Amino acid sequence: MELDKRDVVTGRPTTGHEWNGIEELETPIPRVVFFFLGTAFVFSLICWMLYPTWPLIWTYTKGMLGTDQKQVVAVQVEDAALSRATWTSEIEKKSYAEIEADPALMRSVKETGHTLFGDNCAACHGVNATGGAGFPNLAAKAWLWGDGSPEALEETIRVGINSTNDDTRTSQMLAFGHDGMLPTDQIEAVVAYVRSLSSLEPAGDAKRIEAGKQVFAANCVACHGEDAKGKRDVGAPDLTDANWLYGSDAQSVFTTVYSGRQGHMPNWAARLSPLDIKILTVYVHTLEKKPQ
Amino acid sequence: MPEFFHRKVERNAIGFVLAIVGVASIGGFVEIAPLFTIHETVEEAPDMRLYTPLELAGRNIYIREGCYACHSQMIRTLRDEVERYGPYSLAVESKYDHPMLWGSKRTGPDLARVGGKYSDVWQVRHLMNPRDVVPQSIMPRYGWLAKNDLRIDDLGEHLAAQRAVGVPYTQAMIDNATQDAYGQASPDSNYASGVSERYGKATNVRAFDGDPSRVTEMDALVAYLQILGHLTDAAYKQPAAQAEAQE
Repeated sequence: MELDKRDVVTGRPTTGHEWNGIEELETPIPRVVFFFLGTAFVFSLICWMLYPTWPLIWTYTKGMLGTDQKQVVAVQVEDAALSRATWTSEIEKKSYAEIEADPALMRSVKETGHTLFGDNCAACHGVNATGGAGFPNLAAKAWLWGDGSPEALEETIRVGINSTNDDTRTSQMLAFGHDGMLPTDQIEAVVAYVRSLSSLEPAGDAKRIEAGKQVFAANCVACHGEDAKGKRDVGAPDLTDANWLYGSDAQSVFTTVYSGRQGHMPNWAARLSPLDIKILTVYVHTLEKKPQ
Repeated sequence: MPEFFHRKVERNAIGFVLAIVGVASIGGFVEIAPLFTIHETVEEAPDMRLYTPLELAGRNIYIREGCYACHSQMIRTLRDEVERYGPYSLAVESKYDHPMLWGSKRTGPDLARVGGKYSDVWQVRHLMNPRDVVPQSIMPRYGWLAKNDLRIDDLGEHLAAQRAVGVPYTQAMIDNATQDAYGQASPDSNYASGVSERYGKATNVRAFDGDPSRVTEMDALVAYLQILGHLTDAAYKQPAAQAEAQE
């Protein structure tokens, strides 16, 4: 191997290795690479001085800026709350009627409420609040609990239904068939009767519907009322209207009576601030009514 | 830089090896050194509870099905994340996660605090067919979870493995792992009381998939999802402590 041999074409030194007559030029790393390497190193030196970086034996270098991401985000959230305070303080102060009478305030409520609803409520109730099987349609305004007043809505959002909150609203449709309270033929009769209340049994067997009425009077009136219009203090739905939480076909209604139902609304007090709950209450209360 | 510097280095074999070791160890040092002061960066959470055997099984299913590929479990210290998902994640909250499932990609939402946000029924319906409840969802269906019985006979070994890497499971927990997994999903059975005895009263004991007679993979995964973010409430206290530190 010959050191300091020069390539005749370029005049540059070679590595001294030769493979079947092919030699390799000894090309040094371009200077620009060293330049950027140096620049990057200087950049990191500056960062090491400004930000928390190096672990020491008992602690770590805190940096000259004293940056702490946990404090940064706390300040950002606080600032955001302050910048919204012009209208959120009014929400906190005013009553529901006053808020709804204030168009400027309502614009903010609609905007923020839509985001809050999308992040928290839409998974079950749908983006348009129209619900789905097992999850109530809020736009239909066929309330299961309370009179649909903002106060009643706020209570439902706050404590939930069958939730982990100590003050939770509690309701349960019993499993009349599964738990052996009613034989199958009586369940079928009461299903026919309940469906007939909404004129869903046009060709129904009048005798069976009459039998169902007897079963209903003996078993269902305690919660759903003698007129089957439901009781909103126990969350028992109105069976005469066009809203069906679990479907209106005979099979679905049969399943409801046979296996029972127990919906669940989470304990939102554990997740949302009182202000958020108030905004959501106004948002839901002022949803445009969309019957099913 | 002298033009033939590398020539000298490359011709000195021992020196070259030492140089390689020296440079490579910088990378190692940068990764290992922060562990020397880990007690400074990981918060204290004396109230932290352990994953029950059923939740641990659910966690294994979460890993098996690759949920972490689309869902992170790490709320960062950014305002939009804190406002959407809740308090930012603390290091201590992953103390018993072996391996951690922070993830780095969010095709779906972050799940660090999804526990208790939706009902069991919603979770089950969503896993069976996400489009049933969220029409615009692109998440795949996981219907087989409801059909597959959960394997619970070997859960004691899973707990023992976790104990070997530092999770403080007691011998009673390991011995009763199979019964506890069954009990947590069957609230009316004789095994249910042992779960709250060993893992705390706040443990969710329910028929997660709606059927108390069987323990399915659905039970396990939903039990796991419903506890996410609720092993300790340290994160909920943290912002208050931060605010005080500022003043």
